[in-house]
Amino acid sequence: MSYINKPKFKHPQLQTNELGLTRRDYEGTLTTLCAGCGHDSISAAIIQAAADMALEPHKVAKISGIGCSSKIPSYFLSKSHGFNTVHGRMPSVATGANLANKELAYIGISGDGDSASIGLGQFCHIVRRRINMLYIVANNGTYGLTKGQLSATADLGSKTKTGEESLYDNIDLANLAIELGASFVARSFSGDKQQLIPLIQAGLNHKGFAFIDIISPCVTFNNTDYSTHGYKNTWENYIALSEIDFVPMRKEITTSYSAGKAKEITLHDGSVIHLHKTSGKYDPYDKENALHHINKHKKQGKIATGLLYINQSTSDLHELQDTVDKPFNTLGNHDLCPGNEVLIDINETFR
Amino acid sequence: MPKLVATSTSTKVQSITKVNNFVVKFANVNGSGSASANNMFAKSVFRMGIPVSPRNIFPSNIQGLPTWYEVRISEDGYLGRCDNVDLLIAMNEQTIKEDIKDVIPGGYVLYDSSKVLANALVRENVNYLPIPLKDICLHEFPNPAQRQLFKNIVYIGALAAFLKIDFKILTSMVSDQFRGKEKLILPNIHALELGHQYAIDNFKCPLRLQLKRSNKNKGKILMDGNTAVGLGCVYGGATIASWYPLTPSTSVVDSFDKYCKRLRIDPGTGKKKYSIIQAEDELAAIGIAIGAGWNGARAFTASSGPGVSLMQEFLGLAYFSEVPLVLFNIQRVGPSTGMPTRTQQGDLLSCAYASHGDTKHILLFPATPKECFELATDSFDIADRLQTPVIVMSDLELGMNEQICDKLIWDDNRIYDRGKVLTSEQLEEIENYGRYQDVDADGIPYRTYPGTNANKGSYFTRGSSHDANAAYTEDGNVYAEVMDRLARKFKTALNYLPEPEISDMKKQKLGMVFIGSTNIVIQEVLDNLGKKGISLDTMCIKAFPFHKSVKTFIDNHELVYVIDQNRDSQLKSLLKLESNINEEKMYSISNYNGVLITAGHIEEAILESMPNLQETSEVPA
Repeated sequence: MSYINKPKFKHPQLQTNELGLTRRDYEGTLTTLCAGCGHDSISAAIIQAAADMALEPHKVAKISGIGCSSKIPSYFLSKSHGFNTVHGRMPSVATGANLANKELAYIGISGDGDSASIGLGQFCHIVRRRINMLYIVANNGTYGLTKGQLSATADLGSKTKTGEESLYDNIDLANLAIELGASFVARSFSGDKQQLIPLIQAGLNHKGFAFIDIISPCVTFNNTDYSTHGYKNTWENYIALSEIDFVPMRKEITTSYSAGKAKEITLHDGSVIHLHKTSGKYDPYDKENALHHINKHKKQGKIATGLLYINQSTSDLHELQDTVDKPFNTLGNHDLCPGNEVLIDINETFR
Repeated sequence: MPKLVATSTSTKVQSITKVNNFVVKFANVNGSGSASANNMFAKSVFRMGIPVSPRNIFPSNIQGLPTWYEVRISEDGYLGRCDNVDLLIAMNEQTIKEDIKDVIPGGYVLYDSSKVLANALVRENVNYLPIPLKDICLHEFPNPAQRQLFKNIVYIGALAAFLKIDFKILTSMVSDQFRGKEKLILPNIHALELGHQYAIDNFKCPLRLQLKRSNKNKGKILMDGNTAVGLGCVYGGATIASWYPLTPSTSVVDSFDKYCKRLRIDPGTGKKKYSIIQAEDELAAIGIAIGAGWNGARAFTASSGPGVSLMQEFLGLAYFSEVPLVLFNIQRVGPSTGMPTRTQQGDLLSCAYASHGDTKHILLFPATPKECFELATDSFDIADRLQTPVIVMSDLELGMNEQICDKLIWDDNRIYDRGKVLTSEQLEEIENYGRYQDVDADGIPYRTYPGTNANKGSYFTRGSSHDANAAYTEDGNVYAEVMDRLARKFKTALNYLPEPEISDMKKQKLGMVFIGSTNIVIQEVLDNLGKKGISLDTMCIKAFPFHKSVKTFIDNHELVYVIDQNRDSQLKSLLKLESNINEEKMYSISNYNGVLITAGHIEEAILESMPNLQETSEVPA
């Protein structure tokens, strides 16, 4: 962990994006996580993703629960408002925030303890409610801050540093998200920037609930050769269902792909994802197939990653509830208060 | 009209004679459709200009268990509970034995004489009004469901004859109730007529219990507190309600929903200017309200004891990270599941200090449905102004029973107070913005909504210890500074909280302090004790933390009776803890049997205290 203040120096020749911002403008405070923590790679990926797609930092709200994972929002986008809530309850706070202002981009950051144990109920229900947001779980299979207890995502038989073995089947949050109706579900690895950055970009641009389960090894407590969430196991058993490119709407598509080699998915805002098949034909629109793939690989001890499932024809919560276009937090007396004349009529109904 | 013979009860009982001053108790079976019929009776009395207070005493059950509807009619406006029943409508075989015992000598019992009344149920000193309700309905209505439902309407029709209710009022009420379902109007009116006619044909009508038109309800309405709260949330500018169903708070959100559907649909687009989320539990319900409050929308949740217990952790977060939200706690009997459908003021202490560590919360105590409306609207301004949760402490008695109160009024010049929120332009002019800086030395910092300004005003909200700029800190001194500022903020809070309502200070030696639903019994207590030469000043507290005037009131009296509707005298404890009041000055009177404290209970307790009192002082005159 670092204990110095982050220098504010910016190299004058740093590349700027369309908003005239450099990568530095998307950074947060210095990390306080352990050196080599997978979570820092996630922050870095978010910073890169946001800078590359020229996201306006102040139009993003970052919300997290409690745990190592939930510290991550401090380490990216310091120009965004952030809210580090209580353990396992990020989904409800994100839901309320999203209801109050539909115009911001919402990034929820959680961990496996936060989302698969104490907050499993809230996780399930935010998926059902189809909040328009990107929900990231930094999944390391362990409780880091309390020194290495097993979490509910730890696979059966996986062992921690102290040799404690998981006796129970794990909870697979990506599976669960697909089952419960999430419209964008991906799995990735903190060590695979190539895959993670475009997934984050696509997730942010997806309209609806986007979920990314990111294997993010805990170097201090759960990085043994016997842990299924350690670097060794993840690298060895990592299977990308497809390679992914993200092309923001504003960018001209210059790379060309020969027909049949890439699947092209156009998101609601006009940006495009290209999926290059690497392991046979994979159809991310097919829900049953997605679940089948995840389970098939799991049985073989493999980790299926990439964009697992996407459905672009669902509505988000605001559409389901048919709320007004103006964000609720901009409505005032004139919009909201019916006034005394109406109250006079209402009084009469109680006579 | 079928030829039906009333069961003879062959009694020549001395009947009581009372006009506009008696209690009618309906004993029914839950789920038998009695509620709307009984309500029709109470509302007729109201429309006749006579003060009336109906009370539902119901089980935590959907169908089959006993339920009672007590209607107190009082020309004097004494609308608390009264245990003496003058007229019983005995519709429940399970409870009829006990119910009949409650009738005062000379009182009346209306029962369904389709079945012979057991000898054990015959009391020599009450009058029986046998009506073959079941047989009448069997003969008149082909539909089995209607046969059951209309038994209730038939006895209301009979009551109209017995008590001299204006029949036109009843028929107009049926038309109001079934507006849009016109098919139901005629059979209902027919049922009323059947009962009315049967009573006239078989009994000397009216009885000596009678209603006489009066003019006491001018400018008044008959409304329940939860409906008023829901409407208050619409007027107060709430856009988000997140909740988990829980008796007796459910009807708060039902009311908000009903009025939003009518008043919050954008006329141009048909889209909603509100959102209601039925959450997976109370944790999520309050979490949603916090997220919305943080992001600048007015949000509330409504719950009761068990739900409020679940919300504790989040209340601490909102207190410490300074996020506005409103929680309506419609209190019921605890601890634990307790008696879900009975009333209590038992959450005072647990709400005042909800959550771990040094926390404290703003509490508001509405005492009438009108105040439920007003304090609901005010609560959003107070929460925004003070950037903290506001807990509105109602209870089942006030929330779920209709009470007479003044008409609701809204000042069209009133503008919502959104508190200290910086705009983008204001931020540009500030050199060093810090979320928790006490710029105005009143303990209230400035907030910004997410997305306000591209370069300034963002901060990280957290429940962990933070400095004036919202940065994480484990520096104990910095932590203490924040805690001290929060304490300062609670001093400032008094500028925004309603003052207690204090009766004309007659400079009595005795005082009485109470909150919320207790209010309805106070006038009766004062009048009855006045007849015995005992006078008291009264204070109805409206908010916590307590104003200075609360302590002044108690200091200025030799002895103050503190009325609590809980076992442990929680109001008294809170006064002692927070207002530095000598405990000796406070005499606790409490009731915790699940129904509203009665005037009689308070009177007796005060009279009982008198001998002791005379030993120590010269009170009373």
